[in-house]
Amino acid sequence: MNTGKRPVAAYVDRQASTPPGGRLESVHRAMMAYRVYRWFALIGDKFGISGQTLVIAIPFIWLLLFFLAPFLIVLKISFAEPLTAIPPYSQLWQWDGETLAIHLNLYNYIFLGEDDLYWRAYLSSIRIAGISALLTLLVGYPLAYAMARAPASWRPTLVMLVILPFWTSFLIRVYAWIGILKPEGLLNLLLSWLGLIDQPLTILNTNTAVYIGIVYSYLPFMVLPLYANLEKMDLSLLEAAADLGCRPIKAFWLVTVPLSVPGIIGGLLLVFIPAVGEFVIPDLLGGSETLMIGKTLWSEFFNNRDWPLSSAVTVILLGILLVPIVYFQRQQAKAAERA
Amino acid sequence: MFNRLTPFNVTALAFGYAFLYLPIVILVIFSFNESRLVTVWAGFSTKWYVSLFDNTKIMDGAWTTLRIAFISSTLALVFGTLAGLALARFTQFRGRTLFSGMVAAPLVMPEVITGLSMLLLFVALDWTRGIGTITIAHTTFAMAYVAVVVQSRLVTFDRSIEEAALDLGATPAKTFFVITLPIIAPALVAGWLLSFTLSLDDLVIASFTSGPGATTLPMEIYSMVRLGVTPEINAVSTILVGIVTVGVLIASVLQKRAALQRIADERLAQASE
Repeated sequence: MNTGKRPVAAYVDRQASTPPGGRLESVHRAMMAYRVYRWFALIGDKFGISGQTLVIAIPFIWLLLFFLAPFLIVLKISFAEPLTAIPPYSQLWQWDGETLAIHLNLYNYIFLGEDDLYWRAYLSSIRIAGISALLTLLVGYPLAYAMARAPASWRPTLVMLVILPFWTSFLIRVYAWIGILKPEGLLNLLLSWLGLIDQPLTILNTNTAVYIGIVYSYLPFMVLPLYANLEKMDLSLLEAAADLGCRPIKAFWLVTVPLSVPGIIGGLLLVFIPAVGEFVIPDLLGGSETLMIGKTLWSEFFNNRDWPLSSAVTVILLGILLVPIVYFQRQQAKAAERA
Repeated sequence: MFNRLTPFNVTALAFGYAFLYLPIVILVIFSFNESRLVTVWAGFSTKWYVSLFDNTKIMDGAWTTLRIAFISSTLALVFGTLAGLALARFTQFRGRTLFSGMVAAPLVMPEVITGLSMLLLFVALDWTRGIGTITIAHTTFAMAYVAVVVQSRLVTFDRSIEEAALDLGATPAKTFFVITLPIIAPALVAGWLLSFTLSLDDLVIASFTSGPGATTLPMEIYSMVRLGVTPEINAVSTILVGIVTVGVLIASVLQKRAALQRIADERLAQASE
């Protein structure tokens, strides 16, 4: 048995002996990157920092500074008072050499609790995002299932075709639906041409349009985790079910669906969490009846310029989403460990 | 016996892809419409593309957006690769839970939250808002995507190749650059492209973190859409869709070629045994 390391060593050897233009070129490029790295490593060595520390520290510090610190600032400003100044909020503490004066303004939170516009917006966002996530599952599951059961040679192409729209602009994909859904739009033209309706349906600027927009925009987020799960399912389980006299439809509900639960949960979270704070879709497709917190936050910030109140809105939104986000993160970590 | 095209599966595929692609196809078709109305076909015309190039606002926005996307995706590639490497290879270090949380959270964080919090940071630091701040914001959320792509590539990586290099006396850093990096290069290309399109696409975070004089293309498109649907928006959308499609196709061809090359290499290596 010498199949373990020797072919690998030969592979490494070959990399260095291939004529220019092939492997050697990539080795040259890699060596250049390596030299750049050596530079940093040398600087690191001066300060007694090892390469491993550097690998962890650089992204860690970046994320602490630009991802975690901003949330602490949001929390701080949510306790400030709005001012007509630059920046438009009051300072939380003042130190005049002798006394430290701390002004914790709780009014923003009291206001959010009293004005029913805000908590109605939160509830309505959660409802719209929840219903949309379930609708996305309903649309995405058959697609993911058919992709996973398609001939193996087709699958990479099928996956690519699902990812491709995700690469094109979100704004453009939402915009595309305006032309389809509006009263004189293509959907109404098609339906009246088929003789199904006399009067054009009002879809644009209603919650229905928001549902369509979210399902459409977030479909790849649902299909991909589902597909990844369904594709690696052990099909011999279905064979066993069939051997024991189980009909395919029953086997689907008793075997396939329970086994795909991790994929379903992953997909639902990937749709639900960002959809709660969605701004573009309710703004472009929704109407006056559409109440979503992302839109409320946007107008509070850009139109009313009340930064402390917007911060308080953000803090509560983050509080609502913290549980699903932590749960999602746990699932991600577990999946990474299993692989 | 279960991998076959049943009528149900074919229908599911047909409807699924029709749903995904029809709106985009319709958008592209009507960008060539003669009429100003987006829904009534009045003959083929490319005049909306011509008027697009005369629209200085759009062209300036496009240039700003491209610069931001290029710089932020390159930075995101570096930081994201380091983060993915740290998560895949160093299983124990202090703050790992916090670190992996900060890497995963931007993937699902609503954009309004990220945008507002970034803006308040820049205000607190008293930085001038503009192209620089948008670039930092984009780098931060795009690096999370790169980290996930790199991490998932590294955990399925055949580490015996690295072990061979280490056995032959290469340092861990040299092994990474000479062995690991060329092999995971397709994943890095995919991560860079993903960051690039995410930056190209972003409206919400850019709106929060931009300042006077830095208007990106999505911000221009958004204000045009607010004013009404015009074939000009369809034309600029078509160009963007075209660029992205070509980019993704090139990336996938490269990836396929790299995979074929690898298989050929491995066969040769086996044969030279």
